[in-house]
Amino acid sequence: MVDKSNKVINALKETGFFKPRKIYDGGKVIVGIIILFALVAFPLLYNMGKAAKVPDPKVNTPEIQKLPEKERVCVEPKKYMTENHMKLLNDWRDWVVREGSRDYIGFTKKKYTMSLQNTCLECHSNYDNFCNECHKYAGITPYCWSCHVEKPEEWAAGKLKEEK
Amino acid sequence: MTDINRRKFLKLAGASTIVGLLGGWKAVELLAPGELDAKYLPKPEALTAKRWAMAVDIKKMDEDTAKKCIEVCHRIHNVPDIGDPRREIKWIWLEPFKNAFPGQHQEHIAERLKEEPFIVLCNHCDNPPCVRVCPTKATWKREDGIVMMDQHRCIGCRFCMAACPFGSRSFNWGDPRPFIKKRYPEYPTREKGVVEKCNFCAERLAKGLMPGCVEASDGALVFGDLADPKSEVRRVFRQHFAIKRKPHLGTNPQVYYIV
Repeated sequence: MVDKSNKVINALKETGFFKPRKIYDGGKVIVGIIILFALVAFPLLYNMGKAAKVPDPKVNTPEIQKLPEKERVCVEPKKYMTENHMKLLNDWRDWVVREGSRDYIGFTKKKYTMSLQNTCLECHSNYDNFCNECHKYAGITPYCWSCHVEKPEEWAAGKLKEEK
Repeated sequence: MTDINRRKFLKLAGASTIVGLLGGWKAVELLAPGELDAKYLPKPEALTAKRWAMAVDIKKMDEDTAKKCIEVCHRIHNVPDIGDPRREIKWIWLEPFKNAFPGQHQEHIAERLKEEPFIVLCNHCDNPPCVRVCPTKATWKREDGIVMMDQHRCIGCRFCMAACPFGSRSFNWGDPRPFIKKRYPEYPTREKGVVEKCNFCAERLAKGLMPGCVEASDGALVFGDLADPKSEVRRVFRQHFAIKRKPHLGTNPQVYYIV
């Protein structure tokens, strides 16, 4: 076994590949490698030890506060909404636009009008502290808001700055 | 089966009763309310029809009324007012007779109509060429005849604009939001790169309301179900002569003009 590996090592040595050589412009190359490493590692080092703030979507809007404690529920249970609101909104879109049905029966058997801009945002009127809280954390930009207005009343009153 | 006796018969009857009960119970389970309940349904107050159609009464539709209709429509749908005719967005607008009805421009009949601008909008054709060419089914004909647009699906290829012989469709060359003069909070805007047009106020019909232009028109626009002999449009058609735009193209428009 040892003989065999020695043979291989000798054969490799004979190729002359592992002979110590001079690096042309060695200083510059090494400095370049260090700069490259620093650039690549910078974001990691810069953010080291700093955890991103865990999103905390707020549900304390005036519209929700107005409801009695027991009725402060969404159209489906909270867990389902957190995980699946995007699927629900896709379904709503298809049912409203393509099938022309506008009423949704929630898990409490209450009827809701399926509308992102008029129903969801009526309670969740705090786009920055609700929708965007998690979307920012997850690094996603849903394109709902290029057509649907995230703050309809403020927008209509001309108080909203055009950002896009 | 001639040698069946009382005992055999009772056995068979008993066995089939048990099988029947099992099957019956499954049926009860299947039909029970619960998971199978519909989660979504149309609003009870929604206006429905077999075939929506509109009639424009030219005698009542003067320019002021028309402008009121246009203003209402464009306001409640957040239609931008861009100004530049090459980029303009329009759902309902005015057109001179000779452009609205090319080929029907007869000298003396047209004398009265010549000066009158005609209110025109998407004709919600029975045989819509825009629907045929749409590669994504972003535009389609609903069962009640409304030619709908699904902005979510539109990829902005503008085939529908090339196909529509009435120029009813507009393309958003840029973000329309800065050009919306009067902003309406209940309706979404559009974004850059989608086509838009009149939707016969499908969102209002679903809530049991007549289209915005019809409400603003003081009776100059009549809207109703063509399949219902008792409807307002049918009543108007019984009494008056109505023409359609470019009938020779075979798209079968469902916006009629009482001249």
